[in-house]
Amino acid sequence: MEYQPLWLTLKLALVTTGCLLLVGIPIAAGLAINKSKFKPFLEAIISLPLVLPPSVLGFYLLLAFSPNNGLGKFLESVFNLRLVFSFPGLVISSVIYSLPFMVHPIQAGLEALPGSLREASQTLGKSNWQTFTQVLLPNIKPALLTGTILTFAHTLGEFGLVLMIGGNLPGVTKVASIAIYDEVESLNFSAAHRYAAILLVISFGILLTVYLTNKRLSKNKLPV
Amino acid sequence: MISIRIRKKLSLAGGSGELNIDVELTDRSFTALYGPSGAGKTTLLRIIAGLLQPEQGIIEVNGQTWLNTAKKINLPAQKRNIGFVFQDYALFPNMTVQQNLLYALPPKADQSKVESLLATMGLQNLAHQKPELLSGGQKQRVALARALIRQPQILLLDEPLSALDNVTRLQLQNELQTIHQQYQLTTLLVSHHVPEIYKLAGQVIQIDAGQIIQTDTPNQVFGIQVQNEGISLAGEVVTLMPGKIEVLTAYGVIAIKPSAQTVGLAIGDKVSIHAADLSLKKLS
Repeated sequence: MEYQPLWLTLKLALVTTGCLLLVGIPIAAGLAINKSKFKPFLEAIISLPLVLPPSVLGFYLLLAFSPNNGLGKFLESVFNLRLVFSFPGLVISSVIYSLPFMVHPIQAGLEALPGSLREASQTLGKSNWQTFTQVLLPNIKPALLTGTILTFAHTLGEFGLVLMIGGNLPGVTKVASIAIYDEVESLNFSAAHRYAAILLVISFGILLTVYLTNKRLSKNKLPV
Repeated sequence: MISIRIRKKLSLAGGSGELNIDVELTDRSFTALYGPSGAGKTTLLRIIAGLLQPEQGIIEVNGQTWLNTAKKINLPAQKRNIGFVFQDYALFPNMTVQQNLLYALPPKADQSKVESLLATMGLQNLAHQKPELLSGGQKQRVALARALIRQPQILLLDEPLSALDNVTRLQLQNELQTIHQQYQLTTLLVSHHVPEIYKLAGQVIQIDAGQIIQTDTPNQVFGIQVQNEGISLAGEVVTLMPGKIEVLTAYGVIAIKPSAQTVGLAIGDKVSIHAADLSLKKLS
């Protein structure tokens, strides 16, 4: 059994989670304070990956990233960046695919905070940035943790999307879930077993950590 | 001098209405906003703080314009030098008592102010506690200290004592009184509680359905008059029974024994109760 697909899976999950923290927190914050009539549309778009078959998302992204089409051609000619069958392409698709897993918990966490915390900080002369980083974010730690870990775990479990965008290039796009499929196809069940068992244990361990930590954190409830 | 003239649409219990306020608060005064729920008291406080914007209005504080809708001036809450104490205290749960105060301290301000204010409010021992471990009264003290540390031009208190038990409430009333004497801040207190207003405020603004009903001293507003023959309390007859007459006053319903003077009273009559009509008994 090769360990490379496992390392690649971990790398993809870490990079995706890192990118999603940067992208997801502002989106969640925007949605939490947004009261416009367009909010349901934005929420529906962000939640699409929850219900779409990964192959549908993968198909559209494949079209978008293809060097023969507008975006793909632009990226290749200007930045010399090819997103199909490459690791950066996998990261971008994974970010889109796991977006709701990061945005939903953080948005819910922010919406559950009493509005008076934000207002109190404003009346103390603090800017929106100070209020957000020093008051709001530190008080939604369980939500941040849930979002981070669910994103990580969800990316570990990606299959259809990775197959569509990345294919099966060893060391570049062949992640553990693809390796399992590959081994089964070549009737190499013992290797498939090992990959599968490792993914199962890691996923269970991650979810258990979320629930145990949230139980502990939720004891430190906000004062009512 | 703080002058406030504002109009804002209100959604009231009985349909929509308008908050229509025109008041002036003299420097260092302690004013209470009194009225039923939904009258617009908290809305007014939030407008002064800059947390809500009225459709029309002017707010001027010591010559500085905070709001002038005609001139499109509207200072954000951050730029208005206010101290706001919220009904739910709004202490930051991720910070200790001391950190809550340090956060509130304006940049470049002397950090030793935190220590001295903690001492003044009797909070030194709790400096390193998180708010969740504090009692209601302690939380309220921290909220008050946090509002005071910025030396605001106006202190806005939104029913700050309503969630406390009576003993703590009385204690904090005394502290508010001391603080007001010590810091001489222009203070606006939203309260339902007549004895509290009586104790603390020099002026009462009575609001109902968004309109000012009257602005006067607590004595005038709550119908207590001190005259030569003693203290009297105004009210209205609500029940007439053979053994007792019930009179509704600002302090609730008071039952009085009928006497020669009460013959011929009818329900709805305006009356005044004299202190001599009531008797006192010490509770064991």
